This record gives sequence, C-alpha cells and structure tokens, in this order.
Amino acid sequence: MQIPYEVTARPDTGVNNAKLGIWLFLASEVMLFGGLFAAYVFLRIGADAWPGMMVYGTEMMAERADEILNVPLATLNTMILIASSVTMVMSWAALKMDRFDRYKLYMGLTILLALGFLVVKAFEYGDKFDHHWYASTNNFLGIYFVLTGLHAIHVTGGIVLNAYFWGPGTKLWKRGTPRDKAHFTNRIEVAGLYWHFVDLVWIFLFPMIYLI
Amino acid sequence: MADDHSHSDHQEGFWSKYWFSTDHKVIGIQYGITAMLFLLFGFGLMLLMRWQLASPGVEIPLLGALTPEMYNQFGAMHGTIMVFLGVVPLAVGAFGNYVVPLQIGAPDMAFPRLNMASYHVYFWGGVVMLASFFVPEGAAKSGWTSYPPLANIETMGQTMWLWGMVLLITSSLLGAVNFLVTIIQLRTEGMTYFKMPFFVWAQFVTAFLLLLAFPPLEAAGFLQLADRLLGTSFFMPSGLVTAEGPLEVAGGGSPLLWQHLFWFLAHPEVYVLILPAMGIVAEVLANNTRKPLWGYKLMVYSVIFLGFMSFIVWAHHMFITGMGTAISAFFQVTTMIISIPSVVILSALFITLFGGSIRFNTAMWFALGFIPMFGIGGLTGLPLGLAPTDIPLHDTYYVIGHFHYVVAPGTIFALFAGIYYWYPKVTGRTMNETLGRIHFWGSMIAMNGIFLPMLHQGMVGMSRRLFDGGLTYSFTEGVIHYNSVMAVSAFVLLLFQLPFIYNFLTSIKWGRKVTKSNYWEATTLEWSAAPTPPVGHGNFATIPTVYHGPYEYSVPGHELDYCPQEVPIQLPDVADQTVEP
Ligand code: HEM
Ligand SMILES: [Cu+2]
Repeated sequence: MQIPYEVTARPDTGVNNAKLGIWLFLASEVMLFGGLFAAYVFLRIGADAWPGMMVYGTEMMAERADEILNVPLATLNTMILIASSVTMVMSWAALKMDRFDRYKLYMGLTILLALGFLVVKAFEYGDKFDHHWYASTNNFLGIYFVLTGLHAIHVTGGIVLNAYFWGPGTKLWKRGTPRDKAHFTNRIEVAGLYWHFVDLVWIFLFPMIYLI
Repeated sequence: MADDHSHSDHQEGFWSKYWFSTDHKVIGIQYGITAMLFLLFGFGLMLLMRWQLASPGVEIPLLGALTPEMYNQFGAMHGTIMVFLGVVPLAVGAFGNYVVPLQIGAPDMAFPRLNMASYHVYFWGGVVMLASFFVPEGAAKSGWTSYPPLANIETMGQTMWLWGMVLLITSSLLGAVNFLVTIIQLRTEGMTYFKMPFFVWAQFVTAFLLLLAFPPLEAAGFLQLADRLLGTSFFMPSGLVTAEGPLEVAGGGSPLLWQHLFWFLAHPEVYVLILPAMGIVAEVLANNTRKPLWGYKLMVYSVIFLGFMSFIVWAHHMFITGMGTAISAFFQVTTMIISIPSVVILSALFITLFGGSIRFNTAMWFALGFIPMFGIGGLTGLPLGLAPTDIPLHDTYYVIGHFHYVVAPGTIFALFAGIYYWYPKVTGRTMNETLGRIHFWGSMIAMNGIFLPMLHQGMVGMSRRLFDGGLTYSFTEGVIHYNSVMAVSAFVLLLFQLPFIYNFLTSIKWGRKVTKSNYWEATTLEWSAAPTPPVGHGNFATIPTVYHGPYEYSVPGHELDYCPQEVPIQLPDVADQTVEP
C-alpha cells in the first residue's frame, strides 16, 4: 500500500504530506511557547519588582535582567544559532544540487553549532547555580529556566534529528533513485523548517528575557 | 475478518498485527476498546461516589467507608478519566481513526506510524493515571481542573496527574496533525471539501481545536510541574499559610494564571467532546431518514465558526474571580454569540427529521435521544454564560447537571449511536436490536434520573464536590433526598449497560452476518465503496472517485433511494420514462 503525496506535492494544496504536517506541528508549537510567553507577561505585570528579590526573605533586589543574566554570552549564542540556520539551509541546497559531500559537511556543521549552543547554555546555567540562583529564587528566574530549558530541549531534539539525517538516515539517499533522493531532500527541508523555528523562538526569547 | 488478506500479509505475528499495527482500522479498534474500558472504570468511580452521597459514611463492600481523601481522588479522577481517557479517545481516536480515511477514500492515515505512536502514548498516559492511585496518599485530589494553590501543595498523585496529562496531550497533538494532513491531503479524486460527509467536517474542526488549544495547557502543566518539583511560585501568591504554617516559597505568582491557561484549553475541549458526536448523529440521521441532511452547508459554516469562537469564550468559567466587569462583558457577549452556531446545528439536525420516512433502529434511537438531551444541556448553559445568573449557580450541582446533560446523555448517546451504526462495518455482523432497544430506553430514563435532580439541587444552592452530599447545610433540606434517587438511577444505569456489554461482545461471534456490503444502504464511501468487513491495509480494492455530495438520498426520478458518492447520478431521461400505473 502506498500513501499518496508522500514525496510529491498534491497539486491543489501545493505541498507534500510531511511539509504540511510540520507546518501544523509548528502552529501547535507557537501555541505552546505563546502560552509561556503569555504567562511571562502576566507574571511580570503582576509583579511588585522585576526580577525582584534575589535571596529569600532578604532585601537583596535586582532591578534589571542584565544584573543577573549574561548578555554577551547570550548574544554569542544568538549568533551561533543564526549561523546554524544558515548551514542548515546550505545543507538542503547542497542536496538540491546533488552534492552529497557538501550536504554532509553543512549538516555536520549545523550539529556542531547546535552542540556549541548547548555548551554555552550550560556555562550560563552553571554560573547561576554558583550564585545560588535557582528557579525557585523568584518568578523571573523561574520563567527564565522554564523557557530556556524548554528551548534547550527543542535544540536537543533538533540535534538528535539532524544527527539521524547525517548518519543512518542517509540510507534513503544512497538508494539512489530520483524518488528516494527527492524524498530525502524533502526530509531535510522539513527538518530545516523545525530548526528555523527553534532558532526563531530564541530570537524572541533573547530580547524578552535578557534585554527588556 | 479480512480472511483473504491474512494469507497474503506475510506471517504477521500477534503483536505486530494487533498491538503495533499501523493500520488505521486496527488502531481505531485499539482506541475504542481502551476508551470503553476507561469509561467503565470512570463510571465505577462515580457509582462509589453516588453511593456515599446517598448514604454518607456507608460501608462499601471491599473498600469500607470512603474517606474524604478517597472521595476527592475519585472525583478528580472520574472527571479526568471520563474526559481525557474515555470520551475524547472514543470520539476522535476510535471513530475518527476508523471512519475518516474510509469516508474520504484514503488508503490509510497520512502518517501511519505516527498514528500508532499516538495510541501508545495515550495508552501509557492512561497507565500513569491509573498507577497514581497506588502512590503514597493516592491519586490527584484537586478536581479535574487542578486549581492551584491547592494542587501545588497536593501529594504525589498530582505530579503523576501532570505527567499523565503531558503524555495525553502529546498523543492528541500527534493525532491532530495526522487527522489534519489526512483530510487535507488524502481526499480522493472528486472529494472536494463540500462533498465531505459532515462527520469528516466535525473531525476536521475538532483536530484544529486539539492542535491549537492543547499546547497552552501543556505549558500550564510544565509550569505546575516546576512549581511542584523545582519550587517555583508561578501559581503561588505571596504570604500563603497552610495548617503547617507559612509556606517557604518566593511567592509573587498568580493562581488565576492557571485558570486562564487551563480554560483556554478546556473550553475548546468541550467542543472536542461534542463536535464528533454531532458528526455521528448527522450521519445516522441522514441515513435513517433517507433524505439529505437539512442545511448541510449551513452546518459546515456553523461548525467552522464554532471552532473559531471557542477560543475566545474561556473566561466564562471565571466570572467570580474578580476579573472586572469589562472583561466579563466581553466574555458574556462571545458566549452568547457562540451559542448561535450550536443552535443552528441542532436545529438543522432536528429539521432533517421533518417529512422523512424514518427507519427506526437502535442507532437511530440513540441519535434521536441525543437531540433533546443535548438541547437541555445547551439551554442550561445559557444562564451560566451570563455573569448575573452565573454568580449564584457557579460551583453548584447545577453546573454538574449542565455539563453532564451535554456529555453523558448527549455525547455518550451519540457514541452509542456510532457503535450500533458502524458495528456491522467493523465486524461484518449486526448487534441485536431488541437488546439495543432495552439498552436505549433504560439508559435514557436512568440518565435523566441522575442529572435532572442535579439541576434543582444546584438552583437551591447545593455546592458540588461535597463529601457528605450537603448534609450539613440546612438549605439543602428540601433537595437532599434526591441523592437517593440519583444513586438508584446510577445503579439502574449500570444495570442497563449490561445488555449492551453482552450484545457488544457476543455479536462479534454470533451476531447476524451482514449479507451485503452496504448494509445500511448508505451513500458515504465507507459503506458504499469499501468492502464489509474491511480488507486489510489499503481499504479499497480500487480507490473510488467521488461525483457528488454525501447525502443524496431519495433523489427524485432515481430508482434506488440512495446514490452512493462514487456512482455518478444519472437521472433517467424523462422521455424514456414509461409511467407505471
Ligand atoms: C453517566 C453517569 C455519570 C454520573 C452519575 C456522574 C456523576 C458525577 C458527579 C456526582 C460529579 C461530581 C462529583 C463531586 O462531588 O465533585 C461528577 C463530576 C464530573 N463528571 Fe461525571 N458522571 C457521569 C458521567 C460522566 C461522563 C460521561 C463524563 C465525561 C465527559 C463526566 C465528566 C465529569 C467531570 C469533568 C466532572 C467534574 C469533576 C471535578 O470537578 O472534579 N461524567 N460526575
Ligand atoms: Cu466553557
């Protein structure tokens, strides 16, 4: 049995199944992060001080986010993610031009950059813990950890996905028929859409939490 | 089933054929059976609660007297199980999965493996929920709504509840994406949107609601998990004091934030509970009145409009939280507006009956029962949508009566209609009609015996979630004896499910064999084009092409009183027609 439009686009909708699927999935992701962003706004509006008390039961207050968070590191991470989005597109473009070696290179770079993002993130978290700043310290740090944590989980998911397509997933391409190649290229496009979304979430997160 | 196929389907083992299947029909059956077991279990919890309410402190065999903690667990889990593990999986997971691909002429769902994953994630979500009864101090006790701060400081069962919900939400999301892609991409040739059966439309809108409304609850679930496990204060206001003294949390959070996020899901969720039911009723009515659905297009527009509106009415559950009159006014208006499409759909279903030569069978009886019962549920909702009348009614038994009318004799009746209607499709045998009638009439009377008194009790002011059924309040004096009526009715309801269970199980083997594939002489593809019982993977011998709308019954000048969608309508040439005396 063959499911229609697995590889080719349906003429009247102009997309194949996987591409429509990823767009719908991303719509639900928008609602997920949207819910958390809304919670952020709701909590901040209701707060007496933001970020607020830094040690439970004391007068130690933080006035601005950048007293607590490391803006230069986060800026670096923004760059890393944007760069990884670019390499992701290039890996897809390489497949379009039938350059499998290039694909391996760019996809590998994408994965490395994403790992780099997580390493920087780990340093950031470690720094907070060294100061005894935890999610329970105040709602600013709470939402910071939840939002960036959920984002980091998405990054990790992306790494797993991309690593699969870098390694074992390439079997599909190597089968070599035009249909298989087109199928594989579609998959990379879909993975790319997901990856750009993860990037985009960060681009909203960064100013919202670190800057304003 | 599928005899001719099991030979060609290379040596599939039991596990891969029935448990790890990627065939939408098998997955639909898996969903259906699991969901029905959960419904029975949730019903059992409720029976115990009703027993306790009728005679507080009674020694229940095996369990002993219920403690308030047990009562609260049963209440919370009854609601959770009925909604998230019973009705939705049956309406969407089972009927949607089984019927939608067949009705649109698709060989399967768009992502068969995702479909399988969705069932398994749902199953494990259910296991987590059930397991939570056995952790120290038992399952969640803060109601299916899990309002903080109470839920935040609850025992471990609440954490299990949250993890269970994360799994169930994930499963719904996988399912929703799959349904949407299937309906958009896999409609067969000629099956334009306005040729889709209304059931498919209902599932289509439902899938959008699941896709977009569930994630904010998932977000809320993560936040509550953080509150419970990481010690954050998202839902904890400053200065909370419990019996053990002040809580050592940072504070500064808001319990209302939870309510907003929760109801942003949970209002669309009630339409998830009702839309598939309306879809089933529409199919059964059209088929058994032998005439087109009245106002098909109007119904489709209504259901789309309803889907949109359901995202902006959520705060009608929160009128007494002190949101302010301006916000209340907004949500009152939207709530009144959303009642319009519901009334339109219900009226259209009702008008469909007009002038039909009705074929009474059990499926039809249940579909007919749905109309007035859903009507009562909907009408009792209007006073709740207006703040002045909602303020005295909120959190009373009136609310319980209201939503149960919608869901129990409403949705559940529609689901029964669906079971009787599609049973021959799935098994190739029919269910017994006499037992079906007994099941219908017994359930009809018992359901009303349970839920009608609730409306009165609530209007007198009896609160919901009372462990002793209102014994300690003097104003309940006039209505407290209803508790006995309701308990008896609940047990009678159980009694009348026995013929159904017997019928359902034995008909698989001993039911009358259907002699022709299109057993109900229906127009939609699942009956007219797909073999009964179905073949294995692939559904159709050849994928059908669709030529006209889904409800061409009793077309004038046509020989048969039904015109299947895959057969072009050829009106006999008028000149040729020899007029018979
Ligand atoms: C058919 C017989 C049923 C009876 C007699 C029944 C009875 C009850 C009762 C007595 C309560 C209130 C418990 C309390 O004191 O807090 C309740 C709550 C509830 N029921 Fe049912 N129920 C039935 C079926 C259903 C079904 C089919 C659903 C599924 C959608 C459902 C969903 C709920 C929900 C969501 C609540 C609220 C739970 C809470 O607030 O914690 N019930 N039910
Ligand atoms: Cu509502």
